[in-house]
Amino acid sequence: MPRTQHTAGAFDIRNIIGGLIGLYGIILVLMGLFGDQELAKTGDVNANLWAGLAMVVIAAIFLGWAWLRPVRVPEEPTEQRAEQPERPPAQDGG
Amino acid sequence: MSSPIVMASTIIDAKFVDYLTIFIYFAVVLGIGLLARRQISDSLDFFLSGRSLPAWVTGLAFISANLGAVEIMGMSANGAQFGIPTVHYFWIGAIPAMLFLGVVMMPFYYGSKVRSVPEFMFRRFGTGAHLVNAISFAVAQLLIAGINLFLLGSIIHALLGWPLWIALIVAAAIVLSYITLGGLSAAIYNEVLQFFVIVAGLLPLTLIGLHRVGGWDGLKDGITDAADAHPDTIAPTADQLNSWPGAALTGFSSDFWSVVGIVFGLGFVLSFGYWTTNFVEVQRAMASNSISSARKTPIIGSFPKMFVPFITILPGMIAAVLVTEIADVKAGESVAGGASGEGVTYNDSLLYLMRDVLPNGLLGVAITGLLAAFMAGMAANVSAFNTVWSYDLWQRYVVKERDDQYYLVVGRIATVAAVIIAIFTAGLASNYSNVMNYLQTLFGFFNAPLFATFIVGMFWKRMTPTAGWVGLVSGTLAAVFVGVASEDALGSLSQGWIGISGQGASFVAAGAAFVVDVVLSVVVSAVTRPKPVEELRGLVYSETPREDLVDPEEASRPWYQRTLPLAGIALVLVIILNVIF
Repeated sequence: MPRTQHTAGAFDIRNIIGGLIGLYGIILVLMGLFGDQELAKTGDVNANLWAGLAMVVIAAIFLGWAWLRPVRVPEEPTEQRAEQPERPPAQDGG
Repeated sequence: MSSPIVMASTIIDAKFVDYLTIFIYFAVVLGIGLLARRQISDSLDFFLSGRSLPAWVTGLAFISANLGAVEIMGMSANGAQFGIPTVHYFWIGAIPAMLFLGVVMMPFYYGSKVRSVPEFMFRRFGTGAHLVNAISFAVAQLLIAGINLFLLGSIIHALLGWPLWIALIVAAAIVLSYITLGGLSAAIYNEVLQFFVIVAGLLPLTLIGLHRVGGWDGLKDGITDAADAHPDTIAPTADQLNSWPGAALTGFSSDFWSVVGIVFGLGFVLSFGYWTTNFVEVQRAMASNSISSARKTPIIGSFPKMFVPFITILPGMIAAVLVTEIADVKAGESVAGGASGEGVTYNDSLLYLMRDVLPNGLLGVAITGLLAAFMAGMAANVSAFNTVWSYDLWQRYVVKERDDQYYLVVGRIATVAAVIIAIFTAGLASNYSNVMNYLQTLFGFFNAPLFATFIVGMFWKRMTPTAGWVGLVSGTLAAVFVGVASEDALGSLSQGWIGISGQGASFVAAGAAFVVDVVLSVVVSAVTRPKPVEELRGLVYSETPREDLVDPEEASRPWYQRTLPLAGIALVLVIILNVIF
C-alpha cells in the first residue's frame, strides 16, 4: 500500500453494517437451530433460522463489497478538507 | 429477565437473547463514538472517509434521519386505522418534495454556502424572517423531541413494565448520554446502521405477519370482515384498500375535495414545507463533498423511501386484523393496557404484532430497531435544536463575538435544557391517541408558510425583507386559526366552527397558511423596499449565474450518477406505485 493513502478499514461503514448484521444473523441461526422455534407465533415457519440466514448472506455481501472495493483515504489534506470549516455539519453534539 | 421495579405486566416478554441483541447494538454505537473520540489521527480519517462516502450512504442517512419513532409508530398507527391511503404520506407527501429539493432547491442552499436553513433566511430576508424561522424551528424541534421521547418511553414501558414517567426519565437520560458520547462524528454512521437494523427487524415482522393472516388475500378478507361487522366505526373496505380518493384519511365527505386536500395540502404544502426547508434533513445533503452529491442525496434517498410503507403501514394493517387488542380498538372499544399503560391505542400496533408473531431472537432485533430509531430521532431533534439555539439565536442576537469555547458551553446547556423540556412535551404527546395527527398539525403551523416564503423568495427578486417575516407570521397565524376553527385539530382548543377534522384539518390549515403567506408577501412587497439586486446572487434564481447551480463534471458521468435521470426514474416508479394501489 502506498504511503500516501490507506484504507478506511474498520471505519468503513460497509464493514460495520456487515459485522453487526452478520452477528445478528449468526445469533438468529443458532436460535433457529437450538432455541424454541415458537411455531404457533410464526405460523409453522422457523423464522429465526430463515431471517438469520438472510442476514448472514446480506452481511457477506457488504463485507465482500468492502473487501473487493476498499475506500482509500488520502493521507495528505486535500483542497476539500481545507474548505471544511466553512461548512461544519449540523449535528453538533454540544 | 425481570427488573427490580416491575410494576405492571409487560406487553412483550423479552428473553436473554433479545437483551443481547439490544446490548450488542449499543455497544457498537458507543464503540464508534469512543473510537472516533480517542484516536485523533484515526478520527481525521474517520471524517475523511465520511466525506468520501458514496451517495448511497448519504442518501440512506437522509432517509434515516426521518425514519424515527414518529414515522414508524405514526405510520403503522395510520395503517391500522386508515389502511392503504396512508401511503400518501410517502408517495405523494415525500417523494415529489425530495426530488424537488434535489433538482431545484439544493443548488441554492449549497451554492450560497450557508450553514443552516435559517441562515439562508437571514441572507435573503434579514433579521425579521430569520428570527421567526429560527425560533419556530427551535420550538418545533423541542415538541418533536418530546414525541420521540414519549414513544421511546412507551417501548421501555412495554418491555420492562415501568410506569411511563419513570421510563420517560430513564429514556431521556440514555439519549443525553448517547448525544454526548456518539456526538457529531458518529451521527451519519449510526443513521445508516440504524436503517439496516430497522429493516432487519420490520421486514421479517411484515412477512411473518402476512403469512399468519393468509397472505394479501387473507389481509383483504380480514379488513372486509371487520368493516362489515362495524360499519359505524370502521371505514368502508374500499376506502381502506385503495389509496385514492383517501376520504377516510382526510375525513372529507367529497371525493373531489379529498383528492385536492391530499395533492395540495399534503403533497404540495406540507411535504414541500417539511422536506425542502427542514434543517435536519437539508443539512445532511449540504454537508456532502460536491454540489452533485448534495443534489443526489435526497434523490437517492427517495428510492428506499418509496418502499418504507411496506414495512410500516403494512404491519399496521396486519395488526388491525391479527391482533385482538388492535382489532377491538378499531371496532370502537376501549381496551386496557397499551404501551403507555393508559389504554391500547393505534400507536401500539407494532408492539402487539411483535408480541404475537416474532419468536425470541427476531423479537430482540425488532426491539433494537425501534429503540435505535427513536433514540437517533430524538438525538437529531435535540442536536438540531442546540445548533440553531447556539448559533442562530444566541450568537447572532444575544451574546455576540465570544470565543468558540463559550458557545460550546451554551450548546451543552441547551442540550440538557432541551432534554428536560422534551420530558414535559412527552407528557403532552401522551394525551393524543394518534401521534401523526398532532405532528401534522405542528408541521402545518411551522412549515407550510416557510415553504411559501422560500419559493417566492427564490424566484422573485422583488420580494422584500419585510414581506419575508410578514408572510411567515401571517401564514402561521392562518394555520393556527384554521386549527382553532376545526373540530379537533388542536384538541380541546378547537371550537368546531367549520366541519373539518383529523388529517383533513391539517391539510386545510397548511393550505391556508400557504395561500395567506403568498398573498401577503406579494402585497407587502408592493409597498416596501426590496434588497439591492447585487446582494441576491446565489439566493435568487434570476440573479444567479447558471454555472453556480450545476456541477460542471456531472455531464461527463454515466446516467446513473447524474441528478436528473435518477430523479426521472424515481418519479416514474412512484407513479407506477400510485397506479397499482
